[in-house]
Amino acid sequence: MNLAELSVLIPEIALAAYAMVALLVAVYTGKDRMAPLLVWTTALVMFALAFWVGASAGGVDTAFKGAVIDDGFARFAKVVILLSAGAVLLMGKDYMKRANVLRFEFPVLVALSVVGMMLMVSSGDLMTLYMGLELQSLALYVVAALRRDSLRSTEAGLKYFVLGALSSGLLLYGASLIYGYAGTTLFSGILSTLGEGDMPLGLLFGLVFLITGLAFKVSAVPFHMWTPDVYEGSPTPVTAFFATAPKMAAMALFARVLHDGFGTVPGDWGQVLAVLALLSMALGAVAGIGQRNIKRLMAYSSIAHMGFALMGLAAGTAGGVQAMLIYMTIYTVMNVGTFAFILSMEKDGQPVTDINSLNMFSQREPMKALAMMVLLFSLAGVPPFVGFFGKFYVIKAAVDGGLVWLAVGGVIASVISAFYYLRIVYYMYFGEETDTAIDGTMPRVLWVFMMVSAFAMVGGVVNLFGVEGLALAAAETLVN
Amino acid sequence: MIGLEHYLTVAAALFVIGIFGIFLNRKNVIVILMSIELMLLAVNINLVAFSAFLGDLVGQVFTMFVLTVAAAEAAIGLAILVCFYRNRGSIAVKDINILKG
Repeated sequence: MNLAELSVLIPEIALAAYAMVALLVAVYTGKDRMAPLLVWTTALVMFALAFWVGASAGGVDTAFKGAVIDDGFARFAKVVILLSAGAVLLMGKDYMKRANVLRFEFPVLVALSVVGMMLMVSSGDLMTLYMGLELQSLALYVVAALRRDSLRSTEAGLKYFVLGALSSGLLLYGASLIYGYAGTTLFSGILSTLGEGDMPLGLLFGLVFLITGLAFKVSAVPFHMWTPDVYEGSPTPVTAFFATAPKMAAMALFARVLHDGFGTVPGDWGQVLAVLALLSMALGAVAGIGQRNIKRLMAYSSIAHMGFALMGLAAGTAGGVQAMLIYMTIYTVMNVGTFAFILSMEKDGQPVTDINSLNMFSQREPMKALAMMVLLFSLAGVPPFVGFFGKFYVIKAAVDGGLVWLAVGGVIASVISAFYYLRIVYYMYFGEETDTAIDGTMPRVLWVFMMVSAFAMVGGVVNLFGVEGLALAAAETLVN
Repeated sequence: MIGLEHYLTVAAALFVIGIFGIFLNRKNVIVILMSIELMLLAVNINLVAFSAFLGDLVGQVFTMFVLTVAAAEAAIGLAILVCFYRNRGSIAVKDINILKG
């Protein structure tokens, strides 16, 4: 090890050091009174790191004998993770202050989980993968139970913890089998022992366990059962965080380990991913129909979206990885905007999550209703909004990869899931007058994020703001 | 002579007991925490056995990481459980039922 190797990890080290300094400063000074300041500084540090990572030169750097890889793919994922985590932190500040849960640990824990996510997407070794994943998960278990005097929040934390620990155990058992049958934990070493022939049975078992563990983390069916409960029980800013950065990190990790470690045998894992994708899309579309709570609805929506992202990965090609990256980027932007709106939903100072409260919202706040309509159309994948292009890319990747049945299933699921997005639009424009309607006021920060996100869903149709080319470059550094 | 396969069998048995402990247990959450610990220890046996078999130290390094993370995980799990107990007054598995849809 030398200093040049450490320099590959500077963004992670900087964020981890910042988190520890922030924790100490807050403990020794104002504690929770420091929380609003910490939220701002943490978000600014994340934005600054995002620009730094994004602007750093191309090329592939490895450190610690290949255990950490910094390439275009990792940088793409890191930029999305850092920007969305910073945005969600800023969005949640007012809500948490009003709900009296703005503790100084929140921004610190989010920063630490983002360090874990950055390690996940840079991992080149099963040990780095595991440590990154656990750093992310342990911080997330705590923020789920952040409102520690609330039964719902602690129950969400407990459920998330038990199922998350189970999935880590499955992933780890797979990692131990892979280590035993490949003789190494390095992804590059695993790839070189595979060769072109059949995979040894032990490695195949390890791979299946590994995919199972990761499927838990991205909440793919049949490992999704924690998602609706955790989304509903956690404080809404935490739900917004769960729905964005960790999903991007887990999908990127999925792509990383499958292509770097098992890239020569896409047939062995492509079929598993295709089945996971189909089940996720179907269940996300059907089970969301019965939901009246918008947080639970967004949970099923995210399950369906993860199915679409997995469809891109299942193709097993560079085009598939590119489609997955484009899809996840669009998904993250859409969710930031949608959760900006959900965070503002309240009546007489109390948060509201029932979708009936949106009845005739357009009459009182036409501008916000329009922005929300754009976001919902985009989530549903209605052309010409940007969400449609995300779905277009993954479906095209699946067809190119010979998975026509999966693409057909995706189109059908997308039509079914359009029902519950459009129902909200219907309520906002043609619903009945009720006395439970939300106030419609919105803090300025939320308004800005929602409008920027909604504008991106319309303005992006021209060239997707260049994301397509960046995602292609990122995918090509991973799959070659 | 005790060979690699014996260790792997023990580890697989412990792992399966751990999984069943999580899903079949109808009593309280502490049993779930113990089951999780059992799963991680099964993985450690796997890693150390492979490490000795392959003559490669990486497996034992991995084991050290797993042990550390398992300790942190147990600490966080118990902390969340204590918070839950304060709100609910019970840690029976059947009482974790407020959220459902």
